[in-house]
Amino acid sequence: MAEVRIRKTLLCVEEIFHEGGPPAAEPHRRAAAVAVIANPFAGRYEPDIAGFMDDLKPLGLEMAQTLIRALGGDRKVIEGYGKGAIIGSAGELEHGALWHVPGGYAMREALGDAKAIVPSTKKVGGVGARLDVPITHINASYVRSHFDAMEVGVSDGPRADEMALALVMTTGPRIHARVGGLAASEITGEDGLR
Amino acid sequence: MSADIRKIAVIVEETRREMGRDIDPPTRKAVAVAVIANPFAGRYVEDLEPLMAIGEELGGLLGRKCVEALGIDPAHAESYGKAAMVGENGELEHAAAILHPRLGKPLRAAVEKGAALVPSSKKMGGPGQPLDVPLGHKDAAYVRSHFDGIEVRLNDSPRAGEIMVAVAVTDSGRPLPRVGGLLASEAKGVDGLR
Repeated sequence: MAEVRIRKTLLCVEEIFHEGGPPAAEPHRRAAAVAVIANPFAGRYEPDIAGFMDDLKPLGLEMAQTLIRALGGDRKVIEGYGKGAIIGSAGELEHGALWHVPGGYAMREALGDAKAIVPSTKKVGGVGARLDVPITHINASYVRSHFDAMEVGVSDGPRADEMALALVMTTGPRIHARVGGLAASEITGEDGLR
Repeated sequence: MSADIRKIAVIVEETRREMGRDIDPPTRKAVAVAVIANPFAGRYVEDLEPLMAIGEELGGLLGRKCVEALGIDPAHAESYGKAAMVGENGELEHAAAILHPRLGKPLRAAVEKGAALVPSSKKMGGPGQPLDVPLGHKDAAYVRSHFDGIEVRLNDSPRAGEIMVAVAVTDSGRPLPRVGGLLASEAKGVDGLR
């Protein structure tokens, strides 16, 4: 067991009214939660790291619930999600992979029965590094209108011995989605894909 | 003229630890950003009154967004700041028209009182460029613990014909202030300076 030491958190909520086309009746909303935490494995090769995934679960849940609150408090409005990690330079890419299980578990737990795999990305980066967190529909990965991404970052993190962990949720399709493909209204939502 | 707002982003940063020390209660800073169409992009217009009206509208809107995101009573706001970044088809004077004549009064209403000058910065810039919003104590500009700033950037803003307008509000000063000067507890808050 390693302690999860949070240095800072960041919550970003965007309301998108239009992007040059007709304004939507309801603005598209998306939110990102980022936690900058100490990397307990920084500065050395540690063979056994998997136990940290369990340690991160409460943080994941806290972040997922923060996102739902930030988007109005009703989990039924959440239609897209994604996750990502930036590992400070004294860590390794594999440390970012520790976020897959607790980040994904947390959002599925908080959202009820989300079926689709949570899309993700990760990288090693320095202070101020930006990460484009991919976003897909929570129940059917092939829903074309919901493919999106949200850029996140923290101006003073992650420091070398830290990692920045991110979760993202959205309330709907891209603001002017019109490139066809599987529509959210057509999904069966059983296999997580269609 | 009311602003043609394409998107609004609200970001809250919470610092819980710094230099190995717990920050209790955590320091919290919020910044709210509106991305608006620049009605005067691409041409020289002498009378900037419409932008002053937009400044008045956004001062209240963005100030309230910050206070709401911090979850505080308006009276518990401690510092504030404002900034604008004008896309390449505009001019720096457009930022001045939004920020200086009329934005302050509704912002002060949103944070209650606000005897001090609202510190500001402005620049021309493109999508993804950072904008540093200066922060100062809202009632006494010389309070040294509250001199600070918050960086904001949006990967898609400002486009050439847009302006990013930012208002920042905090419920605290820097995490570990120790460079002396006027303390918040000593401030009279009458003349806006001390």
